[in-house]
Amino acid sequence: MDSLSLLLGGLQDALTPINVLYAAVGVLLGTFVGVLPGIGPAMAVALLLPVTYGLGPTQALIMFAGIYYGGMYGGSTTSILLNTPGESSSVMTAIEGNKMAKAGRAAQALATAAIGSFIAGTIGTLLLVFFAPLLANQAVKIGAPSYFAIILLSLVLVTSVLGSSKLRGFISLFIGLTIGLVGLDLSTGQARLILGQLQLADGIDIVVVAVGIFAVGEALWVAAHLRRRPIDVVPVGRPFMGREDWSRSWRPWLRGTALGFPFGAVPAGGAETPTFLSYLVERRLAKNSDEFGKGAIEGVAGPEAANNASAAGTFVPLLALGLPVTATASIILAAMQSYGIQPGPDLLGSQADLVWTLLASLLIGNTLLLVINLPLAPVWARLLQIPRPQLYAGILFFAALGAYAVSQQAFDLLLLLLFGLVGFAIRRFGLPVLPLILGVILGPLMETKMREALDLTDGAVSGLFNEALAIVIYLLIAVVLLAPLVVRRLRGRRGSDRRDADEVMAS
Amino acid sequence: MTVVVGYVPNQYGEAAIDAGVQEARRRGARLVVVNTSRGDALVDPRFASRSALDALDSRLAGVEHEVRQSVGADVADQVLDVVRDVDAELLVIGLRQRTPVGKMLMGSVAQRLLMEAPCPVLAVKPARMAATHPGRDLR
Repeated sequence: MDSLSLLLGGLQDALTPINVLYAAVGVLLGTFVGVLPGIGPAMAVALLLPVTYGLGPTQALIMFAGIYYGGMYGGSTTSILLNTPGESSSVMTAIEGNKMAKAGRAAQALATAAIGSFIAGTIGTLLLVFFAPLLANQAVKIGAPSYFAIILLSLVLVTSVLGSSKLRGFISLFIGLTIGLVGLDLSTGQARLILGQLQLADGIDIVVVAVGIFAVGEALWVAAHLRRRPIDVVPVGRPFMGREDWSRSWRPWLRGTALGFPFGAVPAGGAETPTFLSYLVERRLAKNSDEFGKGAIEGVAGPEAANNASAAGTFVPLLALGLPVTATASIILAAMQSYGIQPGPDLLGSQADLVWTLLASLLIGNTLLLVINLPLAPVWARLLQIPRPQLYAGILFFAALGAYAVSQQAFDLLLLLLFGLVGFAIRRFGLPVLPLILGVILGPLMETKMREALDLTDGAVSGLFNEALAIVIYLLIAVVLLAPLVVRRLRGRRGSDRRDADEVMAS
Repeated sequence: MTVVVGYVPNQYGEAAIDAGVQEARRRGARLVVVNTSRGDALVDPRFASRSALDALDSRLAGVEHEVRQSVGADVADQVLDVVRDVDAELLVIGLRQRTPVGKMLMGSVAQRLLMEAPCPVLAVKPARMAATHPGRDLR
């Protein structure tokens, strides 16, 4: 009950007109970037980072949280109307959603996505209110060795569980860790990897890396594939749902929420896994399962709820441990650090006002999302007609502005271009972006924790293993890395358990 | 003997098709319908969808015809390429209202076609000029 009264206090702070305005701007921007494929909430937050230096930390975070939720929702519009998922988290939505749209039920598909997102986001945020303090209380007791192990675990999970190729994942991770190493060694002051450039001694700002990889990299990629045959769009009216749609949707919403939240909260992060699972569950449970593949509303309701619930879930490790598990969360973490706020176990104590206002504004943002998105769906669909040259010219302008604003040095613009080329290469060779960004953000933190642990034992390696929790986590890492090999062995013998999954992937 | 029609799936394009069919019948010529897009946006309402093309096809039944769809940097160049390629004796286009400022900002495909086409150009307007923006009525 303590949390609840704190949340009410937060609601009071968040409901000032100016904060509501930032929440509204956030969800609008978030939906905007979510609708357009290739431009995601991570890019939007990275581009806006320098713009928000003038705002207070509360307002900036409220806006970013709105962008995050809005992006999750916006992706579903594109999935349903175009069969081109705006975000990786809405790939599953596209399967049934687009079939529904083609059968003339676009309005219902959009409605169940919007309302499902709202319900899942609200329940997810309430769960977050409940779990974040709980986890933070436990997290205070975690020592440096265990902390190091947890970071290692989340890097391994993100790299090896998500994505199709482990090798690509680890290549991307090590590129990120290398970028994170650049600069002066924190305890000895030795310069690392600065290649004789004094400007690199302070390290590379995460804004430059993120904007380069997300914005410039994507712009170069789009420029390389500029002209494509336009896609046929399904015309859409105002979203609405009939009585039958409601009765078929509410259970998938709740099940999707139940799947999405824990997966968002676990450092394996991302919405891909829970949306996929939610789709499978709904198909298995559906009474008329032959409708699946032809536009079943359950197949839209479940995954859409799951991706918003997982967005709420990712705030649990972010706020309680200072561990981001998605690209957007890691940029939000960078934003917090730029305000001198270090998320982690102490955050709820030292910045209680900020945290509770943020949580309350998540609820408000979620409500705004529903109010704004339901009637505006046709307008969002028209965004897809923006010509790419104009769109990316604008993005590049903001990218250059943002990179320069970090420290007013032209050198940063060169770095931006360099990371743009890295971003292009990453897309070209199919490397996942998330491990790279997490490597840049978590690498230095991991190093600090490792140094702390080793200092306590005067450099003896045993310093990394002298906590029970740390050892448990190392075992977990071993299981994560070895399990797929074992499973593959077993499957080789008796085969077809994952046929379901393969079918879905194929369709 | 070929008549080329620059087609956009809206009232202007329909007007051009009507005139094109008439001309082709009168001259006993083949009809080539051109529909292009710059292809730089995800969705382009001026690029005919499959169903629009099917409808067009059945509407043109009875006339010897061919529909060409292409994506390229410049819409006017795309049309002119076809005109030269089939050695057209007439190009039919739909003409729409544009403000001078709009023309300055966006350029005018019609103007370029009128100036640069190697054959006579027939510019037609819909029977009842609607006041609305052409892109708006079909989304």
